[in-house]
Amino acid sequence: MKKVMQTSEFYVAIVVLALFLVIGSQSSAFFTITNLFDLIRSGIVPGIFVMCAMLVIISGGIDVSFPAIATFSMFCSTKILHSMHYDGPVLVAFLLSGLIGLCLGLINAVFISLFRLPTLIVTLGTSSMFSGFLLTFVGSSQISDLPKPLLTFSKEQIFKFTNDSGITVGLPVAVLVSLGVIVLVALLLRYTMMGRGIYALGGDAVSAQRIGFSPIRIQFFIYGFVGLMAGVAGMIHTTMMRNSNPVDLLGTELLIIAAVVLGGTRITGGHGTVLGSLLGLLLVITIQNSLILLGIPSYWQRFVIGALILIGTGVAAYQVKRSIMKRKSIVS
Amino acid sequence: MSLIQLSGISKSFAGVQALKDVSIELDYGEIHCLAGENGCGKSTLIKVMSGVHAPDHGEMRIHGQKRKLLTPIDAINEGIQVIYQDFSIFPNLTVAENIALNTELAQNRKLVNWRKMKQMAKQALEKVNIQLDLDAKVETLSVADKQLIAISRALMHKAKLIIMDEPTTALTQKEVSSLFSIINGLKREGMTILFVSHKLEEVFEISERITILRNGKNVVSERVQQLDRDKLVFYMTGRKIEESYYEIKKDASIPILQTEDLGLQGCFEHISLQVKAGEIVGLTGLLGSGRTELAESLFGLRSATSGKIFIEGKEQQIHSVQDAIAQRIAYVPEDRLTEGLFLEQSIERNMVISVVDQLSSRLNMLNQTKVKSTVQDWIKSLGIVAHSPALPVKTLSGGNQQRVVLAKWLATRPRLLILNGPTVGVDIGSKEDIHQVIRALAQEGMGVLMISDDFPELKHNCNRILVMKNGRLVGEMAGKEWSQEEWTRLQETTS
Repeated sequence: MKKVMQTSEFYVAIVVLALFLVIGSQSSAFFTITNLFDLIRSGIVPGIFVMCAMLVIISGGIDVSFPAIATFSMFCSTKILHSMHYDGPVLVAFLLSGLIGLCLGLINAVFISLFRLPTLIVTLGTSSMFSGFLLTFVGSSQISDLPKPLLTFSKEQIFKFTNDSGITVGLPVAVLVSLGVIVLVALLLRYTMMGRGIYALGGDAVSAQRIGFSPIRIQFFIYGFVGLMAGVAGMIHTTMMRNSNPVDLLGTELLIIAAVVLGGTRITGGHGTVLGSLLGLLLVITIQNSLILLGIPSYWQRFVIGALILIGTGVAAYQVKRSIMKRKSIVS
Repeated sequence: MSLIQLSGISKSFAGVQALKDVSIELDYGEIHCLAGENGCGKSTLIKVMSGVHAPDHGEMRIHGQKRKLLTPIDAINEGIQVIYQDFSIFPNLTVAENIALNTELAQNRKLVNWRKMKQMAKQALEKVNIQLDLDAKVETLSVADKQLIAISRALMHKAKLIIMDEPTTALTQKEVSSLFSIINGLKREGMTILFVSHKLEEVFEISERITILRNGKNVVSERVQQLDRDKLVFYMTGRKIEESYYEIKKDASIPILQTEDLGLQGCFEHISLQVKAGEIVGLTGLLGSGRTELAESLFGLRSATSGKIFIEGKEQQIHSVQDAIAQRIAYVPEDRLTEGLFLEQSIERNMVISVVDQLSSRLNMLNQTKVKSTVQDWIKSLGIVAHSPALPVKTLSGGNQQRVVLAKWLATRPRLLILNGPTVGVDIGSKEDIHQVIRALAQEGMGVLMISDDFPELKHNCNRILVMKNGRLVGEMAGKEWSQEEWTRLQETTS
């Protein structure tokens, strides 16, 4: 129990719980299935993104290119499928988008791992390149008449409920994809040597190499995997929006990274958990979706999230300092 | 037949000859010491043995069998394990993982079996007879514990030879002795240890045979009984270094620094001491005895919470670094890399940073000619070896970096110089040079307070030595009378 209380996940969970209680006490609309499903629905795409950002940060890097990769992959795939009037299994759309994402991720990996450039610089650069290339050569206007398989997929729902006012609510099937990714990442990090290698790399890159991890292989894996996941997430975004927009995901990276950091992942690498990042995301989404229920204007959301990051990291830093002081007292 | 035998090994990097015709032979179950100054080729030789570097020429035999090419994995499979200076451990992972991850990787596993990993780690720790929480994150442990983890990890892999690269650098005296008893225990089990060091006392205490390198060449390989301190120093440096004691010439009446009942909550209390002009006063104690905190208080980094400080007889308030500098106190910190220097900046800029205002003209512009001449003066008088003062400090060796820190503070013409571990990580030759500079400064009338763990350094350079324990001064003696036994006695009797 004492161990649980020392983790940062514990504190984030408390903050989330407190926020839930405050909002719930002020607005009867909060603790309803409709609102719960709303929260989950708005977490489907960010849920995958959070996993992407977390993997990179644990390995000691930082990636801001995943929204650009997601946009590039899904827009290109939709365009291709649209132009050939595709009418086959929807899986192909996801595979195509994922594959394009994988290739773009590997471009990141080449610069980061082989040329040893700083991750932030590389992903800032590629992010801008990808989206610039997309808008110049592929297209800049959104595609609203999606290929039929995508439309069908977007209408399929699970966990259907009919609430008191007779409206049926449900979750898109895509939530299962998101869930799958999260479980996959959790297993990867905890039970595979690759996962432990990611932690080791973030803890001390030189040592990781000395004991026999290959940083190049690990980095290729991470950025490739992140590209793949971003591609899939992009396609989910398209199906949920029921149109393919070449710009609307751009700029979401900061909020995602904020969620990861709020969840206790250290920006310096080596530390971070799936549970923590999800809690961080839950916090951010709740603020985004539900602060409005308290009558707080939406502009304030950004302010509140920013303040939470400062307070959150500040408290963590203070605790570390205090525990060092405690250990260091000399005069007996 | 010996465990490993290298003969005629040569290796050069980009035209620089790191090793020239070097030979070394390690017997089964011996504690062998590889000694030499920084840059003599010790690290390269270790890397050849562990398969990281392939030699250009030379022959390598393991168990009498000739080996052409040795890769790092080959070396590990032959039971050769290196414990690097930084231990190569992961602060963010648990104790169990740090110990077992190597083996898991070597077995080319793809999945992690946590239960097995803990079991392996437990057994490994039992071998060196220590207990640690297997689930604790390593960042919460002490340096000594981290080292034990590195050793346990090396033992995992059926190690036959453990190479320890400067293992005592960050350890306290007490931790060093417990490390030595572990090394002796390993020897009894038939393990061969190659102990790399440039600390003479340790070399004599632990090793049976010594191989000395100088400038990438073999100088000598002898049983320890055939060597003595003077010979060893001569072989390592190629010059004779006289042993002497520092004595104060004439007693000044008013001390430069005097403290009365100085205290800082949680760190030290009731500290009354004096440093007179021309004195070099040693201050020692275990890590965590409060000695560094005391030095930092005198320099205004942490304000003392009680007591008085007198500078040349007048009571002064020192609440900030600016106060201390105004009193002409200089402090050369413990960790020159993080506290004393801007590593990316040039040697020149680092030297003049504390005296920028004296070197600037009325318009607050730096007078470049003045800067150049000041810098040249210091480079010359401290004997700094550098191609150009415009190069970044990080390109210098440890000894030279330490001299740049000294120059930086000497440029302020201090009356009291506080040195914290002035020669940590510096080799014997440079160490001697730095000591000479310090003595010369004291003889010119500066007061020096020198904090150190290094027994001979204290003995030969301080006219008085103060001992701290648990935040209090517990003993004082003349440098000449200083001995290991005295130190042990002070540590034991007052507890």
